[in-house]
Amino acid sequence: MAKTEEGVEIHKMGAWSPGPGCHGGCGVEVYVKDGKVIKVEGDKDHPWYNGRLCPRCLAMTQYMYHEDRLKYPLKRVGERGEGKWERISWDEAFDICETRMNELKEKYGPETMVFSQGTGRDVGGMLTLLAYSYGSPNWTMWGLSGHSCFTPQLAGGYVTQGEFTFPDAAQCLKERYKDPEWTPPKVTVSWASTLNRGCVDHYWSGFWFNDLMKQGTKLIVIDPRCTWEATRAALWLQPRPGTDGALALAFLNVIINEDLVDKEFVDKWCYGFDKLAERVQQYPPEWAEEITWVPKEKIIKAARMIGENSPASIEIGRPVEGNPDGTTVIMAIHQIIAITGNLDIPGGNLICRPAYQVTTYPYSTEEVIQLYGEDLHKKLSEKRIGADKYPLVKSFRAWAQEDVLIEAMETDKPYPIRGMWIQANNPLANQAQDTKRHYEAGKKLEFNVVVDTFMTPTAQLLADIVLPAGAFPEKDSVYCIGGPLNVIKKVVQVEECKSDWEIVFTLAKRFNPERVPWKDVKEMLDDRMQPSGYTFDQLAEKGWDLAPKGHPCGSTPYRRYESGLLRKDKKPGFRTPTGRVELYCTSYEKWGLDPLPSYKEITPESPITTPEIWKDYPLIMMTGRRSPVLFHSEHRQIPWLRECDPDPLVEINPDTASEKGIVTGDWVLIEGTMGKFKRKAKVTPIIHPKMIMVPHAWWLPETEGASPNNYGIWDLNCNQTIPMGHQDKSGFGGGPISGMLVRISKA
Amino acid sequence: MTRKGLLIDYDYCSGCMSCVVACKQEHGYPAGKWGIKVEEKVFMDPGKPDTVRIDYIPFPTEFCDLCAARTSKGDEPSCVKHCQAWCMYYGTIQELALLMEDKHRSVLYSR
Ligand code: SF4
Ligand code: SF4
Repeated sequence: MAKTEEGVEIHKMGAWSPGPGCHGGCGVEVYVKDGKVIKVEGDKDHPWYNGRLCPRCLAMTQYMYHEDRLKYPLKRVGERGEGKWERISWDEAFDICETRMNELKEKYGPETMVFSQGTGRDVGGMLTLLAYSYGSPNWTMWGLSGHSCFTPQLAGGYVTQGEFTFPDAAQCLKERYKDPEWTPPKVTVSWASTLNRGCVDHYWSGFWFNDLMKQGTKLIVIDPRCTWEATRAALWLQPRPGTDGALALAFLNVIINEDLVDKEFVDKWCYGFDKLAERVQQYPPEWAEEITWVPKEKIIKAARMIGENSPASIEIGRPVEGNPDGTTVIMAIHQIIAITGNLDIPGGNLICRPAYQVTTYPYSTEEVIQLYGEDLHKKLSEKRIGADKYPLVKSFRAWAQEDVLIEAMETDKPYPIRGMWIQANNPLANQAQDTKRHYEAGKKLEFNVVVDTFMTPTAQLLADIVLPAGAFPEKDSVYCIGGPLNVIKKVVQVEECKSDWEIVFTLAKRFNPERVPWKDVKEMLDDRMQPSGYTFDQLAEKGWDLAPKGHPCGSTPYRRYESGLLRKDKKPGFRTPTGRVELYCTSYEKWGLDPLPSYKEITPESPITTPEIWKDYPLIMMTGRRSPVLFHSEHRQIPWLRECDPDPLVEINPDTASEKGIVTGDWVLIEGTMGKFKRKAKVTPIIHPKMIMVPHAWWLPETEGASPNNYGIWDLNCNQTIPMGHQDKSGFGGGPISGMLVRISKA
Repeated sequence: MTRKGLLIDYDYCSGCMSCVVACKQEHGYPAGKWGIKVEEKVFMDPGKPDTVRIDYIPFPTEFCDLCAARTSKGDEPSCVKHCQAWCMYYGTIQELALLMEDKHRSVLYSR
């Protein structure tokens, strides 16, 4: 820690949430004076972002010392939704949680409690610690159909090549672009990401695209909406929402039929190429043109650009997972990367592993068994909601499947759900589709806890206890995904806030002291960090470290499959059943799913599946575009950020708008077949005339929180016209977050 | 004394707003008071048929003091340091004008 002459301490650390809200990774310098954070700057020595910083981190002082921040534990005293709260002590809060959750456990069994998280913040590991210590298998993102948030991407990578990948922007190399082993891709694809507006969506920073373009990389953008990067791209494809699968298949068709395949790689390292080649014959570019609305010339051009240029890479954005057959689309994209020989090569798609293989908490089956024993693991996978139906839910990642969960909550089948722990998550404003349905189900529960930094619509409507979480400079934690291992350290205390880790840890220890053997959070973090050779305090001195070259969890040597660095048995090859990249997926075959990619138009509503609805609802609604300053449902109350993106907008094409007499600034009523909501018009040619874009997760913290207003969610939330129950056949992926049909009128 | 300024290569500015908030943090400007503001320009690209072009043009205001407190210590202005697109430059007008030679679309700001 440095100290200036004026007595200001400068602490280097990794940034993560709470605060910026995002998926973290950047290095920052936190300036502290008299026990208060006075400024946050980028850390120029940190290789992830080299001193750059997003507006959300730059506004940390407004976030941390905001007058509306939750400052101490609250107990609900009125009815749910009445907005009446009473301050209580932490001891009382923990006592209430322990007692009530134990009562529920005795009455219904521990699986009756659901543990829901949002994205971004480092709560995934913590929530499993709490859920498993308590004995429940039900860890989830409540209401997110198909769990279409990164897990389909992980799952698609897992079954295809045993790992997930990111474009190689030298993010695992200390010297970054200067490292002699690295080379910029000739072509890179931004597939459905608003990357340059926000920062990390998937532990990959959008501005690395800018860095690459400056080094000569040609960009292909695939997005129904004309984003800034689409206007800077060498080629922009504008598919109809929900048809990325058809596009991916047509790319495969062109690459295979035009012989743009890396034969040596395919022969040596892939499994099932002939079957894939046969399958994609059904999907020529003409066929895809009709489905996707992308001219076939552009499809062919894009496929050639990827196939003819090495290295090439593809960044897969979240909306790809939200295709009706999300995981299949992801698998097809991985196949494109593999057969063009771009897997784990400099400037290609890099196999990404946690830094030094450190994880915040045991996610793997082996580790869970080690910590909790075979019994609990068996029970977890048997009792987990959706595991009986979906093999990926059972054997890949331990999420309770959201579409099955909401049915269980309504029917008490297979067992009653009676309580929910919601942490770093505002589902009723953010991800819960069919919002009212989730509200009704949540309202019935006997005991709900919300852990957050501000009062939210979800907390107002559902919580019995609200616990205040600390922002990142108020907590000890580690960041360990796909780049450096960063330490996040507590340098100030704000009010009575506690770190997410501390809250969860304290309660987990009460439920199950044997399985939480560490004395405190720091001791647990030391234990988790063991593979790196650092203790928490040792790395806190340095701030961050990258696994050295040659380490299986670094980035070099490239082509780790050649040297046996990927597999447990140290044999060359990939971590898949056949040891190869599975173009024909043997895991899918074993589970009774189609082992090859295919396309079917299965969106619940679309011009093709429901032409009669299309007549009355002639616009395709997209949601979820990113904001440079607001992360999902957060930051609406931060003045410096809100003024840069002040209104709950709907983006409409000028022709579409003028037909309805709508001009920028008008309030617009948006009606779907399930519900309606309002937005303020932004008329812009970046939108296709048959589509609209509705930025998600809007609520107005400046308005009344109590019912019926609930910070405006019932007026503004687009999820009210998006159904549950349209998940991918694997259980992960799908959910028509984009693709529902709507009509608009001046409100 | 040599006059200093900011060069903004707006071909690469993607409107991330880091300059805006960096400036506010540095100067403690409240909401409504901007040292630099980013304008969005959306128009049909005259160079490409039927193609939209989006440009973000950041412009420093009267409240920009070129980060005098930072630059007098040899540090970069806060906006220049934090710009996520690395498309802002600080220096003497002469240096910046030279840099402009290879920037297709840029603006130079002096004060
Ligand atoms: S140079 Fe300093 S004062 Fe001027 S816009 Fe940038 S941050 Fe603001
Ligand atoms: S920080 Fe840079 S990229 Fe972001 S808006 Fe300002 S000039 Fe543009």
